[in-house]
Amino acid sequence: MSESVAALRGRRGPRGSLAGSVATHVVLVLGAVAMVGPFVWQLLTSLKTQTEAITAPPTLLPQRWLWSNYAEVDSALPFLQQLANSAVMAGVRTVGQLVLCSLAAYAFARLRFPGRNLLFALFLSVLMVPSQLLILPQYEIIVSLGLLNTLPALVLPGLFSAFGTFLLRQFFLTIPDEIEEAALLDGAGRLRIFWSVMLPMVKPALAALAVITLMNAWNDLLWPLVVNTDPSVLPISAGLTTLQGQYSTNYPVLMAGSLLASIPMIVVYLVLQRQFVQGIALSGSKG
Amino acid sequence: MTTVEDATRTAAVDHRPRRHWLDSGRSRLTAYLFVAPVGLGLLVFYLYPAVATFVLSFTEWGPFGGNTFTGLSNYTTVFALDTFWTALGNTVLYMLIGLAVVPVAIAIAVLLNREGLRGVAVYRALYFIPFVTLPVASGMVWKWLYNGDYGLINAFLSVFGIPGTYWVANPGTALLAIGVVQVWSQVGYYLIIFIAGIKAIPRDYLEAAELDGAGPLRRLFSITLPLLSPSIFFCTVISVINTLQIFDLIYVMAQSSTANPAFNATQSVVTLFYQMAFVENTKGTATAVAFVLMVLIAALTAIQFWLQRKWVSYV
Repeated sequence: MSESVAALRGRRGPRGSLAGSVATHVVLVLGAVAMVGPFVWQLLTSLKTQTEAITAPPTLLPQRWLWSNYAEVDSALPFLQQLANSAVMAGVRTVGQLVLCSLAAYAFARLRFPGRNLLFALFLSVLMVPSQLLILPQYEIIVSLGLLNTLPALVLPGLFSAFGTFLLRQFFLTIPDEIEEAALLDGAGRLRIFWSVMLPMVKPALAALAVITLMNAWNDLLWPLVVNTDPSVLPISAGLTTLQGQYSTNYPVLMAGSLLASIPMIVVYLVLQRQFVQGIALSGSKG
Repeated sequence: MTTVEDATRTAAVDHRPRRHWLDSGRSRLTAYLFVAPVGLGLLVFYLYPAVATFVLSFTEWGPFGGNTFTGLSNYTTVFALDTFWTALGNTVLYMLIGLAVVPVAIAIAVLLNREGLRGVAVYRALYFIPFVTLPVASGMVWKWLYNGDYGLINAFLSVFGIPGTYWVANPGTALLAIGVVQVWSQVGYYLIIFIAGIKAIPRDYLEAAELDGAGPLRRLFSITLPLLSPSIFFCTVISVINTLQIFDLIYVMAQSSTANPAFNATQSVVTLFYQMAFVENTKGTATAVAFVLMVLIAALTAIQFWLQRKWVSYV
């Protein structure tokens, strides 16, 4: 298809040669194997017996597909509970950021109030500080709120984002004034305008912020390790590290657990590919 | 309430001295109410902690919160520690290995940009998967691949008669082994940026060069790369900031036990910080380490911005 189009446009130079095309595919396929191969090996190992996993030289396929390794993960960890904890942590942070950041972003972009620039500069200054720097005092705050080993501890600091506010503000700035004026003339209040007029216009930015926040929250490890130790309130990222402690040499169980824990985000990605790509193009930051 | 007349003046006549309707008390209140939730959250959980860390890096953390001012002693303690300099050196190595992601991603982006290539969307999706994978899980899989006795990598090498090693337990290879996984996990992210960058290069430029007899390599180095330089600059800045903060992969692959012979050889500034703050409970020195990291990130970013004038071309 695309080749015939290129031919019609008279653009088929040496770049279109068959040999070149085959060579390109060979390199790209080798690269793809390096990228995805580890997951295939993870899956195959997760279905083997322990003895089979540690035979040398390794065998490719399991003799018998041993799904019980997956059940083993759930008895070693409160696995489903930890998956749910991850979902709560990622979900609340994402929804919270979308609501809170968009409100602030709208005010910074479209409303005028004394101290606006100073406040915005303070917001921006937060972006410069690496997250590790904040962890000790953040931990002390969680302690003094009596929230150690709770779900709110997982959610809290990540609920507020200078980055999200900054990203959305840039989008609100691009909306022409006339649209908002028209709504004001119609007698709509600020909140109403924000909700029914402005928010729908920055949907792509909201979607991008949502996927980036969701992924960062799901992957977060350092913060949960610091505030929670009770297995029942750990997210799966931190839970897996404890699985590694208990089953340090039971590779099939380790692979089953790590595969299960990565699947939700991979599925989200495959469903929302466009938003992910857009999120990266827009943000250029992974948090 | 605002009148119709006032409202129509909005925005277009901002510069006029007449009081803007938005300056009314009620609008101000609305604005503050909109900003307050995030603003207070950032104040409590980000701005206050930043200041507190700075102050605490000059104090000794006593039991029961009794902190005493000790000047620069946390910093002098840290600078006298061999483990700190090892961690700092390792972190710079992680950063340098991590930068390999830029040429790798450019190479793949250039290949994917080949005219008439099929399956671009599939390749792009596959290359992106490691980036969305939980880093803890990736670390566990790679640790298994790197396993000295039963790992797939050693089995593969033995086919060619190459002796393997305990990749993440051997102090000579562990850092590189982790760095490779870091690059593997990040390629998809940079790939997307470079694909967009290459797409933005007008085909006419490349075709004109081709008509003038420039070969593929010449076109790459004389046209594609210079026009891509803003993206390359952006990616090196982001990559440096990110790998200077590397933690998850090291924690999972090499530091699950202090018995790992490569424990020190893989230590980064952030893993050292974590160990000081939450394992050894020497919080004062930990905050000093965190500040050194921030200064390092700021300095390397500033240097890159300064250097960009010499090689980045904005057309």
